[in-house]
Amino acid sequence: MQAELIDIRNHLIQHAPFDDMPEELVNQLTASIEISYVRAGAQILETGQPSTCMYYLRSGAVEIFRRSGELYNRIGEGEIFGQFGLLMQRQVRFPARALEDSLLYRVPADTFHYLFENDENFADFVEIEDRSRLRSALSRREKSNALMTSRVTRLISRKTVSAPTTVRLQEAARIMTDNGVSALLLMDGEGDSERLTGIITDRDLRTRAVTEALPSETPVSDIMTEGLITIRTSSYIFEAMLTMLHNNVHHLPVMDGYEVRGVIALADIVKYESQSSLYLVSNIYHQQHVKGLKKISLDVRDSFVRMVNEDANSHMIGSAMAGIGRSFTQRLLELGEEKLGPPPVPYCFMALGSMARDEQLVVTDQDNAMILDDSFVPEEHDGYFLALAKFVSDGLSECGYTYCTGDIMATNPKWRQPLKVWRSYFTDWIENPKAEALLNSNIFFDLDGIYGRTEFAEELKTLISEKASNSQLFLTLMARNALNRTPPLGFFRTFVLEEDGKHQKTFNLKRRGTAPLSDLIRIHALACGSRAQNSFERLKSIGKTKLILEDDLGNLRDALEFISIVRIRHQALSLEAGEEPDNNVRPEDLSPFERSHLKDAFQVVSNAQKFLRFRYTSQATRHV
Amino acid sequence: MSESPAMPEAVKHLPWPEQYQALASSAKAPVLKAFYEAGCVPADTPVSEAPMVALDFETTGLEAEAHSIVSIGLVPFTLDAIQLGKAKHWVVRPRLPLHQASVTFHGITHADINKAPDLSEILEEVFASLNGRVPVVHFRHIERRFLNVALQYRLGEGIRFPVVDTMAIEAHLHPGRQPSFFKRLVGEKPLSIRLADSRTRYGLPHYAAHNALIDAIATAELLQAQIQHHFSPQTPIGDFWL
Repeated sequence: MQAELIDIRNHLIQHAPFDDMPEELVNQLTASIEISYVRAGAQILETGQPSTCMYYLRSGAVEIFRRSGELYNRIGEGEIFGQFGLLMQRQVRFPARALEDSLLYRVPADTFHYLFENDENFADFVEIEDRSRLRSALSRREKSNALMTSRVTRLISRKTVSAPTTVRLQEAARIMTDNGVSALLLMDGEGDSERLTGIITDRDLRTRAVTEALPSETPVSDIMTEGLITIRTSSYIFEAMLTMLHNNVHHLPVMDGYEVRGVIALADIVKYESQSSLYLVSNIYHQQHVKGLKKISLDVRDSFVRMVNEDANSHMIGSAMAGIGRSFTQRLLELGEEKLGPPPVPYCFMALGSMARDEQLVVTDQDNAMILDDSFVPEEHDGYFLALAKFVSDGLSECGYTYCTGDIMATNPKWRQPLKVWRSYFTDWIENPKAEALLNSNIFFDLDGIYGRTEFAEELKTLISEKASNSQLFLTLMARNALNRTPPLGFFRTFVLEEDGKHQKTFNLKRRGTAPLSDLIRIHALACGSRAQNSFERLKSIGKTKLILEDDLGNLRDALEFISIVRIRHQALSLEAGEEPDNNVRPEDLSPFERSHLKDAFQVVSNAQKFLRFRYTSQATRHV
Repeated sequence: MSESPAMPEAVKHLPWPEQYQALASSAKAPVLKAFYEAGCVPADTPVSEAPMVALDFETTGLEAEAHSIVSIGLVPFTLDAIQLGKAKHWVVRPRLPLHQASVTFHGITHADINKAPDLSEILEEVFASLNGRVPVVHFRHIERRFLNVALQYRLGEGIRFPVVDTMAIEAHLHPGRQPSFFKRLVGEKPLSIRLADSRTRYGLPHYAAHNALIDAIATAELLQAQIQHHFSPQTPIGDFWL
């Protein structure tokens, strides 16, 4: 190599895999390079062409496509492409096109193979990188489909290990060790009448038995988990994933009627789909410090974008994001309890709003509250709970869940109260409703206990489902509030635009799309006494009451899915472009297909709002 | 340009390939004879098929008669590929004293110069890369003139060849690059057609180092970009050379 080529060499050695390459090899590489300039839009590689070289992008940008024509990867300065064809069939597998005017360094096949033979690091890089990239590329669609189309039974690999509930702790631990399982199913009865009663896991042994120093002859029934969350053999893997995410359980017995067919563990799904958000969740539980959690939280957005690119639906994405948020909260509570000691009285930590609805996206603030046991004495106990709430809230903020601007957080003493006070809050909201107050308490009608005595939250759900359907005035005022936000449709189905902070004409997909929809779905759900929190689940329970026609329910479901997914894609695109995601969409950024369907979806919202007005407010005027 | 006094005026007006043929028989020095015998592609050759060589000299000044070549960088290339494996760079000992100012500019020191060969010692190597290729330069008044004077001094005869000048192409593309008097009044600056500035218009990267070889590579890249943007691979090479 001519010494004067140092400028070119120096560029190479700033980028992997050339940064660790022995000097002599880099020099040979440099001397083999052919430089070629291509204009934006030029086709660099076409499928089926013979592969003659690997490319190093010196400047510009290049897009790599799948054979289907779908964008697979975007190559930036200092990255390589085209190596796969050289490695495998010597035919171009992925067409490449210049996105910008680009300067390419071509590395001829001979040099490529020489480097491959003589530099293990280089070989690993091009091989592993490419195989995994390719694997994810080829199987991405298939795999995301697989999660949605494969049954959980596919994941059952181990035999089920069970024992009677009467066995002692030591014996249970021995059975688990002998069989190499992390969970033991506990059964009552025998033969045909044998029933699954509980489960005990490695984690239970550690946290409940060992830390409490229980005698080894304690019956497992003392520490087992009862009221098991199970899944049916007919369920899809993604349902298992959502169930685990939602309930924070790491083991799911798979049931065929009363018979246990097997147990699937979180690790099984992670193995099946290593990119899944469950992997992120399992990682959350391994963190010992807020710092570690903060580090992981940087992956949340990648996980989001990945799901979007894998064509997951809005329910899956919303649930996964909520599951991740819940896991952060739960882990922070565990860490908080480790730091502050065990709680002086039992409590339940409650998620509100989108997290409780399983409809969380990437831009979200924290909405939470604490329900304390009725034995709570403020003077004695509140110091502890305030400290714990603050620890969690600060931790969540570190992890990207910004503080709630409306101060709906457990750090606010008003939302850190014993169960009896919470009961009186809800009773007051429902039985003595005031429009203004309901506007602010709307968010409490999406609630979910996520840690501790979650049954406290269930009690509140019961109270709501019993009282709300009977209070016409409450429903009327809720409906009036829900009608404040209308979809952005004007005459002749034109979009009504607003100016955003950057002075662009946009409409807000949350404020004028998903929020009015979930508001009106909530009201119908409350009216029919549903305990569901998720909007799609709520639509299902509304369907059972015939409150809304089946066709209209289907339209609502489609509208919610469509507006949600456009909003989700909009945010994913912003993230990929390195911008801060928001909910403001410019009509010109949408495809004609999206524009037209979005108008249809908004029309559905608009019609549903008319029905809401008719159904609740007109009746109310008669009643009041 | 000054050339061999023996050369008949008519030869200078022949098209380049015929001119090379005529010069091949009249040239005395073997390197020059070989250079002309290697020939020149016909003017109607599509630029995509023309073998080219980007050439850059660093000199002690701008006057071929008063200043000397300090270094030579070159890289053979085509419209499709610049072959770094064939890139060459030489430092040569100037005939005339090195000016202190240009020493700092080139980064070539007196010590380098003292160790360097005279141009005559490396002529065969240099021509090995030039033969059969159309030289490409940025600003045509340096390389051709300096080489002509240097060869006259050393071989007793000069050299003639066409050059493709990327600066001339840029000048042609931006005829109105000097803003009008009024526009200059309101602060508009003339468009620069210097190598680095021209390159930025095509999205070409900035090179930190300055030596004859990097500048030759930079020139070759610029020509690739100019043709991709404003001409076509089929454009005859004769439309570019001067």
